[in-house]
Amino acid sequence: MALDDAGQNVTTGATEFDAVVIGAGPVGLFAVFELGLVDVKTCVIDILGKPGGQCSELYPEKPIYDIPALPSVTGQELTDRLMEQIKPFGAEFVFGERVDELQRREDGRFDLKTDAGRTIVTKVVVIAAGGGSFTPKRPPLDGIEAYEGASVFYAVRRMEDLRGKDVLIVGGGDSALDWTLNLAPIANSLTLLHRRDEFRGAPHSVEKMRALVAEGKIRLLIGQMTKVHGDNGVLEAVTVKTADGEERVVANAMLPFFGLTMKLGPVATWGLNLNENLILVDTEKFETSEKGIFAIGDINWYPGKLKLILSGFHEAALMAQQAHKYVHPNKKLLFQYTTSSSSLQKKLGVK
Amino acid sequence: MVKLTFIQPDGASQTVEVEAGLTVMEAAKLNDVAGIEAECGGACACATCHVYIEPGWVEKTGKPADIEEDMLDFAFDVRKESRLSCQIKVTTDLDGLTMRVPAKQF
Repeated sequence: MALDDAGQNVTTGATEFDAVVIGAGPVGLFAVFELGLVDVKTCVIDILGKPGGQCSELYPEKPIYDIPALPSVTGQELTDRLMEQIKPFGAEFVFGERVDELQRREDGRFDLKTDAGRTIVTKVVVIAAGGGSFTPKRPPLDGIEAYEGASVFYAVRRMEDLRGKDVLIVGGGDSALDWTLNLAPIANSLTLLHRRDEFRGAPHSVEKMRALVAEGKIRLLIGQMTKVHGDNGVLEAVTVKTADGEERVVANAMLPFFGLTMKLGPVATWGLNLNENLILVDTEKFETSEKGIFAIGDINWYPGKLKLILSGFHEAALMAQQAHKYVHPNKKLLFQYTTSSSSLQKKLGVK
Repeated sequence: MVKLTFIQPDGASQTVEVEAGLTVMEAAKLNDVAGIEAECGGACACATCHVYIEPGWVEKTGKPADIEEDMLDFAFDVRKESRLSCQIKVTTDLDGLTMRVPAKQF
């Protein structure tokens, strides 16, 4: 499922690549650089709407102190600099889509399929998915799974589906506020539930929401959900614990917005050898148990593994050497430095 | 050294000794306290190191800052005495601090 903020793709619509990098975090982005230097044309796919992965999603403004030669850099700045560094290689970016299926073809290449139905053929796959796909957090209520997709939604695909419903929106950020404002006119009734009477969302949205409450168009309830009621996936009501006790809120549609968490997701079903939800790789090529499928960064494991961005950069460089062999089997790879090689400098656009 | 006690939902209690200067989350992780996940590693970005401060200690641990309050919105069964343990620095003042681990971290 794509996330609510599914983004702006920079795609030419091409469907065949030398390499697909899954994950646009710092390590996935640097893989584009290392692959580019050895003439491997790359497409990057990420479930988020923008590059940076955890760096820009979890701590865009927090400084990182262990990137060599950068005494202090924020997650966002590191992402921006990597995007600038890989620009010469013209990688294709597909944002807001999750790779769901990966299958080897008869010709040795791979078929990839995203949750948006996009199919891509590639010679090499590089899994740089960090902690896994960012997935909406599921409220920890017993039995809520049974309602997902029918009455409980983590993103709104079609507003019309919610017309005439008794909608319960839970959360205090922008997603909760935006959907409150958007759905108020078409819902039969709308309750916004949040644990405190303060909202993280944009101040003007908070103002608009409070105006709707004052006009009696929506209800704002301060409390927390403790139980869901319903039958066969059809939600009927939710028990809410408030300062005054318990209340049963009638609702046949619920939109919980509790942020994102990381889940390994479909990678687990691709037949790769795993070690406690991490992908086993060798330390020469960072290749998985399947030839042509590599795993780099936080998602891999090998003896001595450290989940550091700088380790991921190293892994990307070694991975690219082997990827080159698969993509250009007849070409000899000459080891070169960007400082002195005129051919590398040409690729970087500095000569 | 400072003593910290974590009480699990089933009543089991574990007391750990750590040096001042660490965060309570780090103290918990170093001593394998169950139920403290700390998915983001202490960046106040995930709300999976949530604890309840025992009565009597709330004044000493202080109130959550705004960013911590915002992140607590994402935690499960948040109460008045809820804190994210990665945002509490261990000081000698906190010797004896007792906390409860919630039933779930989401």
